[in-house]
Amino acid sequence: MMNQFFLGTGMGISVLVLLVLYRVVFGPGVYNRIAALSAIGTKTLIILLIMGFVFQRVEMFVDISMVYALLNFIGCVAVAKYLEMES
Amino acid sequence: MSEIGTIVLSVIFILGGIFFFATATIGLLRFPDFFSRLHATGKGDTLAVLLCLIGLAIYEGISLTGLKIVFIAVFMALAQPTATHAISRAALRRGIQPWTKGEDKK
Repeated sequence: MMNQFFLGTGMGISVLVLLVLYRVVFGPGVYNRIAALSAIGTKTLIILLIMGFVFQRVEMFVDISMVYALLNFIGCVAVAKYLEMES
Repeated sequence: MSEIGTIVLSVIFILGGIFFFATATIGLLRFPDFFSRLHATGKGDTLAVLLCLIGLAIYEGISLTGLKIVFIAVFMALAQPTATHAISRAALRRGIQPWTKGEDKK
């Protein structure tokens, strides 16, 4: 019962990731692409946790999800600082 | 709290998170300007991530894994507005003008 709910939730968020991917590929300018990549990173965090609940291995996937949140934040801030100092 | 109450509460939280993910995605795709797109996705994604993580932590229960999920929620509540602020400040200092009424989309 809850397994099907988690599967449907993950598939719904995956469809939203594909919609945001349009803004990454065709977005005008580099800033739109960074914003859309950050949005994809947050969605992927939730997808990883839901995968852990589906596979009954939450204690492993929660660590992966934590590292993914940290990497997403650091990458976003680093690219923003690089673009700010470039000119 | 009984077992079925926990499940119903977590399902309500996760469905609220999905709803705000959908609104943030629509705002990112449809708004006319970079700053308004960033506004939609920054606020909406922060709220959606918090709702989804709280729902998953309620479903997990009190354990080390649930504590880690709560830690991720606290970290995202701090990190996501910081990243959004960094991107918007970089764009403003590089000279991207905000959209006003009557201009074209860009």
